[in-house]
Amino acid sequence: MDETLKRTPLYRAHVAAGARMVPFGGWDMPVQYVGIIEEHRAVRTRAGLFDVCHMGEVDVVGPGAIPFVQGLVTNDVAKLAVAQAMYTPMCTPEGGVIDDLLVYRMNETDLMLVVNAANTVEDLGWIRDHVRADVRVTDRSAEIALLALQGPRAPEILQRLTGAPLGEIRYYWFRPNVQVAGKTVMVSRTGYTGEDGFELYAAAEDAMHLWEAILDAGSRDGVMPAGLGARDTLRLEAGLLLHGNDMDKTISPLEAGIAWTVKLQKGEFVGAGALRRQKTDGLVRRLVGFTLEGRAIARHGFPIQRDGAAVGQVTSGSFGPTVEKSIGLGFVPPVPGTVTKLPFYSRDRHVTG
Amino acid sequence: MYPKELRYTKEHEWAKIEGKRVRIGVTKFAADRLSDVVYVELPSVGAELKFMEPFGVVESVKAVSDLYAPISGKVVEINTALVEKPEILNSDPYNAAWMVVVEPSNPAEIEQLLDADAYTAHVGEDQP
Repeated sequence: MDETLKRTPLYRAHVAAGARMVPFGGWDMPVQYVGIIEEHRAVRTRAGLFDVCHMGEVDVVGPGAIPFVQGLVTNDVAKLAVAQAMYTPMCTPEGGVIDDLLVYRMNETDLMLVVNAANTVEDLGWIRDHVRADVRVTDRSAEIALLALQGPRAPEILQRLTGAPLGEIRYYWFRPNVQVAGKTVMVSRTGYTGEDGFELYAAAEDAMHLWEAILDAGSRDGVMPAGLGARDTLRLEAGLLLHGNDMDKTISPLEAGIAWTVKLQKGEFVGAGALRRQKTDGLVRRLVGFTLEGRAIARHGFPIQRDGAAVGQVTSGSFGPTVEKSIGLGFVPPVPGTVTKLPFYSRDRHVTG
Repeated sequence: MYPKELRYTKEHEWAKIEGKRVRIGVTKFAADRLSDVVYVELPSVGAELKFMEPFGVVESVKAVSDLYAPISGKVVEINTALVEKPEILNSDPYNAAWMVVVEPSNPAEIEQLLDADAYTAHVGEDQP
């Protein structure tokens, strides 16, 4: 790869902390600081701070913004209240997942989309190809930094840095223009770890100040920086999908097991016809969770066999540091069998029975 | 920083001569590189190792790596404590996390291994 890797505004902090850096989606990102398992456990038991500045932010504004995005994504954006967020796939006409994104409703008319780093360019191209006269699309990825503070202690740590009542922000809601450590940020109660926590959208030039302020405010709680390695084991335990691994343009959201994000009744959108057909005809494969009996790891691309014949493929596999088992996701034909109910891990308040 | 009394392979295994036997493990360099070791697969007692051929596997959260035999011979002991607690490989690679003990079939092979200085030069700039 001779393409130069991009650096986030927090690059110097990672190097100073001794992080191991790896290329990810065109960015030079920290995969770990002290160790994946230790960082994973910090997030599950205390708090961890992630640099997710590599994610792309796209403003979609104007009187037609909501109907426009409604026609591009599978979830029902019209149901979003102002200051609410929604997770949704964006599909090809064949029903394959171009990307999975977060949609934020900023006000009566305008939206902000948050897309995966590796897909930012392609998503923007796709969105602009479909754009209409009453909508303006702006890529704001370079000017917006994104920090994720995740873990059971995240609320009290962040509260020390702001007078805003963070407890009023419910899961998948947000508040714009919050003063945190003297900087103006958008505080979103979202994340990709299966824990409570926040994602902070800030000006790129404020990222370093916020990073240091949060680590400082949380030092007595044992907050630590956490890298992409822990982010991956945390999301996998929580049963959250990774685009590019667990789904891509050849896989539909129905096959990927996120049918709850596909609202076929909402009206026409790109991919609706194909997804309706798939629902009527039945699925030929389905993403499931599995647990291995030993500690060896079934990694991305490994075949899944049944009576010696390959029937599917592993899409994600790792050791789950909290569940202390080798876990994974993979595609199998819809045959009866023992699969592990997702998620592998759920924080207490979601546990039933 | 690498123990003087050990001999090393370029694949990051160490060998320690103990009378007529040789104890085998992997170096701190390899353990740090792998980081977060979660699984170690070792041969059974009685298995025959062949010089510089794979004899086992180490898996970390992020990567999987073969183990190469620094010497040919029959396995007479394996470290079951390591199999049960693979994470000790990260904390104590030269002592608690030894892997197997073999009775060499061709003890002269040890001469082909690197000494601590040569191994240090081999990992050189790659130092984690």
